[in-house]
Amino acid sequence: MVHHILFLVFAAICVGGALNLLLQKHPIHSALSLIVVMGSLALLYLLLGAEFVAAIQVIVYAGAIMVLFVFVIMLLNAGEEEQTDGSKLAMVLGAPIVAALIGMVLFTLLRRNVNAGIELGKFFGTTSGVAKLLFRDFLLPFEVTSVLVLIAIMGAVVLARREH
Amino acid sequence: METVKLIGYFAIKIVVITHILLGAVAYTVWLERKLIGRMQNRWGPTRVGPFGLLQPIADGLKFILKEDMLPPSVNKPLYVLAPMLAVALALTSLAVIPFGESIFLFGRHIPLQITGVNSGNGGIFDLNVGLLVILGVTSIGVYGIALAGWSSNSKYSLLGSLRASAQMISYELSLGLSLIGVIMIAGSLSLRQIVDAQAGGFLHWNFFGGLQFVAFFIYLTSAFAETNRIPFDLPEAETELVAGYHTEYSAMKFAMFFMAEYANMFTAASVATLLFLGGWHAPFQFLEGNPNTFIGSLLPIVWFVLKIGAFIFLYIWIRGTLPRFRYDQLMAFGWKFLLPLAIANIVVTSLWMALRLRP
Repeated sequence: MVHHILFLVFAAICVGGALNLLLQKHPIHSALSLIVVMGSLALLYLLLGAEFVAAIQVIVYAGAIMVLFVFVIMLLNAGEEEQTDGSKLAMVLGAPIVAALIGMVLFTLLRRNVNAGIELGKFFGTTSGVAKLLFRDFLLPFEVTSVLVLIAIMGAVVLARREH
Repeated sequence: METVKLIGYFAIKIVVITHILLGAVAYTVWLERKLIGRMQNRWGPTRVGPFGLLQPIADGLKFILKEDMLPPSVNKPLYVLAPMLAVALALTSLAVIPFGESIFLFGRHIPLQITGVNSGNGGIFDLNVGLLVILGVTSIGVYGIALAGWSSNSKYSLLGSLRASAQMISYELSLGLSLIGVIMIAGSLSLRQIVDAQAGGFLHWNFFGGLQFVAFFIYLTSAFAETNRIPFDLPEAETELVAGYHTEYSAMKFAMFFMAEYANMFTAASVATLLFLGGWHAPFQFLEGNPNTFIGSLLPIVWFVLKIGAFIFLYIWIRGTLPRFRYDQLMAFGWKFLLPLAIANIVVTSLWMALRLRP
């Protein structure tokens, strides 16, 4: 009961934040709306029982990545965006594609028996579950990804370095 | 009905604990002025009440009654939101901090933690990721300061908040990494389990028994930077930036930034106590109280408060002693010294644990 109410509240905040992100004209307002979306997503994860994923969502996305967004917007002192008419292609194709997506989601959801509940995986969102996935089952891809990130960081440093 | 009772139970806990913290914050300001005064060979506040003890109340009244200025060219919604965000996030971490086992009141055990709930068999349910919640809340805490500086539409404020954001992001890394050693030893992210792993005298504390004194040093330094205290108070360096990010704030909005800073000091001190100094456990086992009496269940709180008090004193002492860092020194110290040291600490701790576990 409480779960349902909380889910509805945070889902509404999430969707509202996402809409606000698109409608705001000032980049910093959009960035703040994105933080609200991230935060309410974290709370939705928490409601699902995925406590570790929720905490990481807050620390990494809302706390680290979005701070850099806000930091850059502040540093560049970006002003208000001008409203354009948007591209013709988006106007023509947008509505049908969105309708098709919603239709597909609804079709998948309504086809299965909703009351039966959905089986969660064995390692779902707890600290030890995520650790077992990362450091046992998918150890090699995980390490390769971190090497990839390291290469990206080194590339950024090389590009940003001033010539002496 | 059960739900309503539960909500009421939590509401009472939240109200009581928040008020205790805010009272402690007010009197920490008094203590700081008094101690700094003595260190600089002057009296500190003496006029209002005996020893100036009513000074915090007078200050609070002044802050509330002062005119709330709104500079004309600020970004109004964010300017108003920023102090609220700062103080709300500073108080949020309080929800997961345990400051004792449980208190024996009205014939029942009440867990001394807002999110702690009695489990059926005498134990206490705790949030499994309590430590991560504190780290998450601290990492969002940057927004209060960043938005305050940006929305004020003033050079000094913006420079102050840019410094604050860069400094907090940089030191967050070494702060988080310094805690990994303790987490590995306890094998859990739950603050209660981390404390329980240190029970039984001061030789079991992570600082001594766990050999985490390097991590403790890294944590303490990073915590000073996270809370913007001297010697890392560059965001509000008054010689260069007037008052940094809160230059344009007055009255209660200014007081809210102040409250947030001191509440963050308490959070940092609590985490240091819980992770490195055995939390609410006594330094010697015979000093632990009997949890089934009211007085005995109060004793852990006394130990916890004593340890936090020591940290607060250290904060003030260092403020009275050290000069401010230069900005490039601050960044170089964080990235080139503390971060590698924190990583080395993780490697050494895990090697030590692996060797000790080998039969």
